[in-house]
Amino acid sequence: MTEVILRPKGIIDIMVEAEVINPDVFAGKTPSEIEQLIVWQGAKQLPLSDFFDVEGSAGSSATDTKIIVRGNVPRVKHIGHGMKAGEIVIEGSGGMHVGSEMIGGSILVEGDAGAWAGMEMKGGTLHITGNAGDHVGCAYRGSWRGMYGGRILIDGNARSQLGGGMSGGEIHVGGNVENFPGIRMNNGLIVVKGDAIRGVGAQMSGGTFVVSGKIKQLSPGFESIGTEKDPKIGETVLTGEFIKFTGDYALSKTPKGILYASKDANEEV
Amino acid sequence: MPGTMVIRNGYVFDPLNEIDGDIKDIFIKDGKIVDELKGNSLRDAKVIDAKGKTIMPGGVDSHSHVAGAKVNGGRMMCPEDRYKWVTKKTDITHSGSGNTVPSVYVQGYDYAKMGYTTVFEAAMPPMEARHTHEEIRSTPILDMGAYMVLGNNWFIMRYLKEGNIEKAAAYAAWMMKTHKAYGIKCVNPAGVENWGWGVDVTESLDEPNIHFGITPREIIHGLTEINELLGMPMSVHLHANNLGNPGCWEVTKNSLEISRDVKVKCNMDVEWPKTKIDPQRNQSVYLAHAQFNSFGGTSWRDFESGAKGIADYVNKTDHVVIDNGAVPFGPATVMTGDGPAIHHLYKLTGNKWSNKDVELECGSGILSFNYMKANPVHSVEWAIGLELLLLVNDPWKTILTTDHPNGGPFTKYPQIIAWIMSQKARNDTFAECHKWAQDRSSLGGCDREMTLYDIAILTRANPARTVGIAHRKGHLTAGADGDVTIYDFDPTKLEANNYTNIIKGFQNAAYTIKDGEVVAQNGQIMSVPKGRTFFSEPHMGDGLEKEMLKDVKEWFKYYTLGFANYPVPDKYIRNPSPVQVNKPLEAIVGR
Repeated sequence: MTEVILRPKGIIDIMVEAEVINPDVFAGKTPSEIEQLIVWQGAKQLPLSDFFDVEGSAGSSATDTKIIVRGNVPRVKHIGHGMKAGEIVIEGSGGMHVGSEMIGGSILVEGDAGAWAGMEMKGGTLHITGNAGDHVGCAYRGSWRGMYGGRILIDGNARSQLGGGMSGGEIHVGGNVENFPGIRMNNGLIVVKGDAIRGVGAQMSGGTFVVSGKIKQLSPGFESIGTEKDPKIGETVLTGEFIKFTGDYALSKTPKGILYASKDANEEV
Repeated sequence: MPGTMVIRNGYVFDPLNEIDGDIKDIFIKDGKIVDELKGNSLRDAKVIDAKGKTIMPGGVDSHSHVAGAKVNGGRMMCPEDRYKWVTKKTDITHSGSGNTVPSVYVQGYDYAKMGYTTVFEAAMPPMEARHTHEEIRSTPILDMGAYMVLGNNWFIMRYLKEGNIEKAAAYAAWMMKTHKAYGIKCVNPAGVENWGWGVDVTESLDEPNIHFGITPREIIHGLTEINELLGMPMSVHLHANNLGNPGCWEVTKNSLEISRDVKVKCNMDVEWPKTKIDPQRNQSVYLAHAQFNSFGGTSWRDFESGAKGIADYVNKTDHVVIDNGAVPFGPATVMTGDGPAIHHLYKLTGNKWSNKDVELECGSGILSFNYMKANPVHSVEWAIGLELLLLVNDPWKTILTTDHPNGGPFTKYPQIIAWIMSQKARNDTFAECHKWAQDRSSLGGCDREMTLYDIAILTRANPARTVGIAHRKGHLTAGADGDVTIYDFDPTKLEANNYTNIIKGFQNAAYTIKDGEVVAQNGQIMSVPKGRTFFSEPHMGDGLEKEMLKDVKEWFKYYTLGFANYPVPDKYIRNPSPVQVNKPLEAIVGR
């Protein structure tokens, strides 16, 4: 695998939309061709070289191409948007829409990621070692069909609407989440190791949601169907004792959504 | 010379003149079709070589939801319908977005690219007329008009109940002029008023509604009488009761029968062209999106196509024209003045839903929708939409639509054309969709394959004639507007089995010509003229109008707006093109 290194230059004021930072696009291109790739900044179209120094060379195919972004790029959006193969490493924090609609390959963000990371993702792996913003792995506004496949790993916390409308794939959060994670999910798996504030799995019709910490305010449309010790969901094994719920009865009379919440952390439920 | 051109050597399909693929030259002078060009005109004319290509009059869509409050409601409700469908601006075109409900600019461009030059908005609530005209005037290229919803209007219901047909006609005439409307639309008569009280009319056509005590039958008959009394360009455009419910085809058939005995009279002050086939309509009712009104069975379990019942009725009588409202599968946004029907769909699907009550006039509902090949009901709906075109023998009784965006977006017309021209296209879809399509409709047994001549009837000649605009649209007779579409395929080499070529051929016209100017060429917009706004100006006696207005002003206390703010000001109307109706004034006979 050959590497292309992008070094951010200077401070970006208006956010840059750079879906061209993508192994599919870089593959087979020389560094000077990569420098000339066009990104949007507001209403302007500018070459990538206005914002990055480019080093190294791309592979002949996306699979052979690894893109390393050397530094923080919180104001660069859509890195790896729709990527099919290859690898992206951001050695720092990423901006909004990292890996949104990605189909394959892998993205590693060694820091925080903005909102909409992995939006409507279909495949591949997105790993964020820091915290993530709102709408991670979520459906776009107005849509009820979100992530279809792939894996999102967040070592830190995520904010609201995590995995909204999820239709497949997995999201694992090491830390806490905020409001309405898994809203409208109909398939797939979300595991939150920490706590959730409220609206967990609201209007879910299928899929599985696990909260190993405390749910501050449980959605009213969930019914407890007993407890389970060390439940196994697909290949994911959880440790500890969990209360098992089905829901959301607010949406239908026969919902197939499953919610596990740690028994110890949710004594009063 | 602008607006002057010669189109040489194409295969021409002009059904109103019974021209079926003859090689002919078409001449346009100053934006109008002429028999020939001579001297300087001929020397300066733009010449288009259409050798080996197919020529038809500019497309006319007689039923599409493209302007007004509910259309915009659909846009606002569905951001997910926009972000993956964006159109960049060019030097002459505006940017835009949207798939099932595109922004106004994109609507204009997409219709023009497909070869359409004239589009009618199918439902304009009077109170939303300003909004409708605002969108019409922002829609590039297309000539447009809008049908006014009157089937649950308080004044109409009151006058009809009183048996005062003259005052009802005077009111309808005044409303057309006041809101610059083109024709009369009747949506779920009596039922939408009931929906204001949370119920529908479901028992029969003789069930009186709440407060007004008027029945669907009385409203349909009354509006048809008013329409023909005035001599409107279009017959009453009916969205029948009980739409979208299993078994609704029978109610639809009974509704059509109501206007069977009403004498058709089109009284427009226009010069009719000398076409081979009479360009004037002969139907007393134009049934909208018949697919949604042709459901069979008694429940969703024994749901089946009811298209045969409707087609049989249309075949044996001569007073009905239908548009099919086809379902091409995929995303759609359903929007109609029939609030209870949309609520019903909401209860079935749980999808995003919006509802509106339009004061003394009507209502509407919007719902985001997706037609899936794996869904048994949706598959039957696909079959019904095609059956309706194929089972009605006379193509002059049918019009091709998707009831955009209810069955699907208008950009899928090429796909519908492929299905009705090619049995193989239908069989290939049968193989992909739920078996109910095959088992519960007669489409599988239908081997009819329409010709390009039929397609020209269904997409331009008949919509133009049915809505009464054939004095200038839908044919290539001297005097008609210079609207011509040139498709980039040779009709002598078009094979029904190779239907992907049909789809491709109809998607982007080689040339779309409007008023003698090229507006689109091979999927690119070449010029963006401002279209006309068609509306009707029916004339009634002053005395009758004064008396009627007294009643209107008295009940205006129930409106949330003032009487003076009710009419649509002239400045809202882009290129006003009124049609004078009932002029010179014909006496309205009392009864």
